[in-house]
Amino acid sequence: MARMTMIQAIRNGMDNAMGRDDDVVVFGEDVGYFGGVFRCTEGLQEKYGKQRCFDSPINECGIVGAAIGMAAYGLRPCVEVQFADYVMPAFDQLSQEAARIRYRSANDFTVPIVVRMPTGGGIFGGQTHSQSPEAIFAHVSGLKTVIPSNPYDAKGLLIASIEDDDPVMFLEPKRLYNGPFDGYHDRPVTPWSKHELGEVPEDYYAVPLGKAAIRRPGEEVTVLAYGTMVYVAEAAAAETGIDAEIIDLRTILPLDYETIEASVNKTGRCVIVHEATRTCGFGAELMAVVMEGCFWRLEAPVIRVTGYDTPYPHAHEWHYFPGPKRVSAALKKVMEGS
Amino acid sequence: MSKGSPLSLYVPEPEFRPGDTPDFSNVKIPQAGSVRKPPIDVEAEEIHDLAYSIIRVMTRQGEAVGPWAGELTDEQVQKGLEDMMRVRAFDARMLMAQRQGKTSFYMQALGEEAIACAFSKVLRPGDMNFPTYRQQGLLLSADYPMVDMMNQIYSNKEDPLKGRQLPIMYSSKKHGFFTISGNLATQFIQGVGWAMASAIKGDDKICAAWIGDGSTAESDFHAGLVFASTYHAPVVLNIVNNQWAISTYQGIARGKAATFAARGLGFGIPALRVDGNDYLAVHAVSKWAVERARRNYGPTLIEHVTYRAGAHSTSDDPSAYRAKEESDAWPLGDPVERLKNYLIKKGAWSEERHKQTKEMLEAEVAEANREAVKNGTLHDGPHVSPSTMFEDVYKEMPLHLIRQRQEAGI
Repeated sequence: MARMTMIQAIRNGMDNAMGRDDDVVVFGEDVGYFGGVFRCTEGLQEKYGKQRCFDSPINECGIVGAAIGMAAYGLRPCVEVQFADYVMPAFDQLSQEAARIRYRSANDFTVPIVVRMPTGGGIFGGQTHSQSPEAIFAHVSGLKTVIPSNPYDAKGLLIASIEDDDPVMFLEPKRLYNGPFDGYHDRPVTPWSKHELGEVPEDYYAVPLGKAAIRRPGEEVTVLAYGTMVYVAEAAAAETGIDAEIIDLRTILPLDYETIEASVNKTGRCVIVHEATRTCGFGAELMAVVMEGCFWRLEAPVIRVTGYDTPYPHAHEWHYFPGPKRVSAALKKVMEGS
Repeated sequence: MSKGSPLSLYVPEPEFRPGDTPDFSNVKIPQAGSVRKPPIDVEAEEIHDLAYSIIRVMTRQGEAVGPWAGELTDEQVQKGLEDMMRVRAFDARMLMAQRQGKTSFYMQALGEEAIACAFSKVLRPGDMNFPTYRQQGLLLSADYPMVDMMNQIYSNKEDPLKGRQLPIMYSSKKHGFFTISGNLATQFIQGVGWAMASAIKGDDKICAAWIGDGSTAESDFHAGLVFASTYHAPVVLNIVNNQWAISTYQGIARGKAATFAARGLGFGIPALRVDGNDYLAVHAVSKWAVERARRNYGPTLIEHVTYRAGAHSTSDDPSAYRAKEESDAWPLGDPVERLKNYLIKKGAWSEERHKQTKEMLEAEVAEANREAVKNGTLHDGPHVSPSTMFEDVYKEMPLHLIRQRQEAGI
């Protein structure tokens, strides 16, 4: 067992997958010789050769389109889009090609690809290096969307994604790469080496897609979160003293309905937290799931804490980011009258 | 700086519109046999001229001449003619079926039959096409069961695609035919990726990607050329220039470029133009390009110059935007007539045999149609069970789809 950052865990996951299966190939912008701008593919080209880990032209449509063709051939491409914000030129290839090829060909052709991309803000990346587009993918039938929140899951979910026979969008919260960031940007971040989920076995293991994890069991309110917001919610629960059950969804599609419904039916209260913009954000879907599955047990209106419906502003990043103060306020509000 | 007149936007227009008398005498058509045949290891810069010419084999008198001639036996050519006639007969019957209300939609390859029919002959089992919607000739000339195509067109209970796809969007891995999208150009870069995978695995399979003149304007075309060029992918990049993208003439996609083939030159990809209505020329050029790919010399771009003699689809009426006589005035003629004349000139075909073949093919198509109709048609059914619409979205059905299927009660 080793302590790893999320970057090291993701790299180790690809290393494991490439070592076990010659059909796994890795490519994207700057991922070859240099090892990626976030260093997630460092050393893979040296270890597995240029045929299996290589640089691509700056063309996301081409990266995903080529990966689809390779997957149809029989490979398992795990490609990197440098920032989730850059994925949009590939959206047609993802939403109308990768997502539908199994369906439209009646299982004749399949597309086992993984598209890795750093997501979320908090690094002063401005409006084009900070976005969280997960809801856009979740809206597309045929895609799976995974968002890990810690090194252990990142490795296990990535391996499961690579082994999955359907296309998987793998969003890596970049603010978590080096530690469980809780939204307090003015304090030093605890490194993963001091967090139990920074313990990552070197050997192969997989974390199944579609299963949420309960990060903090509680009785008073359910918090639905994923990625960075898991730690923000933990901070808020600690500060308010509210006995929140914090659920880390890990995969937003397929969604773990059973865990969500069981928890909200138990607590009768729910706060939904995500960094992405609010309108038609994934929180809207979660709210609907709670209404459909838990309405008669609810004791208070469900509250969403999200990024605002504006572009991610550079200088005002920390006003935009839904930090622990906003989540704490929501927890208190949802508990009013209890 | 002098004060000139205000700027104005230039919007290209085709030469002829409804009511005009088409005259293509200004279109430069090189003589058959006049374009050289380079060695297959040639570099793109050594053959720039080939991107601006048109490789032709058959003369107007029906003789095969020049360095690209002499590849095929009479028997192979007879088979080629029959393939094209089969596509034409199939198209005519399916067009009628659409008019009869047996399906929603159909697209013919009228006038373009030579391209797919000749190309299919130079591929090997295991190779893969990433086709557009007008390459039915790839399947019909490669022994794909005609009844299965019709079952797909009718979306009936035997439809191999379970009623999920628009008619003619076939898929058959076994027959080297990648599932047709319906969104234009997306397959072009996918084909390049497929070819890259063959090279990564050290196999010897090659890929043929297909696109129309209008869709070369899509970014996916550019992506395909960049990736093919960068990684020397073993792929043949086919542009079928049939002059019309629905109502939009080819000049709108081509802009000021002299030819579509010339798009390959900036990428260092050898690019050739071929007379797409000359079966022998298409075959020879395709064979050359496929061999280049197979022997690891990388990609080749081929512009097949042809003419869309029919409507874009059953939802289209070309009399609204192009001159009625344009098809007849088109200087490269009809591919079936030209190959027929070539064989007759050689003494390997006759008017009588042509008539017999046509009747035989019409009977074959009619028989297949009777079989297919027994399996159902779009509006009258039967179709596959509607519960199958929830299958194959994912390999395993996730909970939300299980719940939705229960909700649907099917």
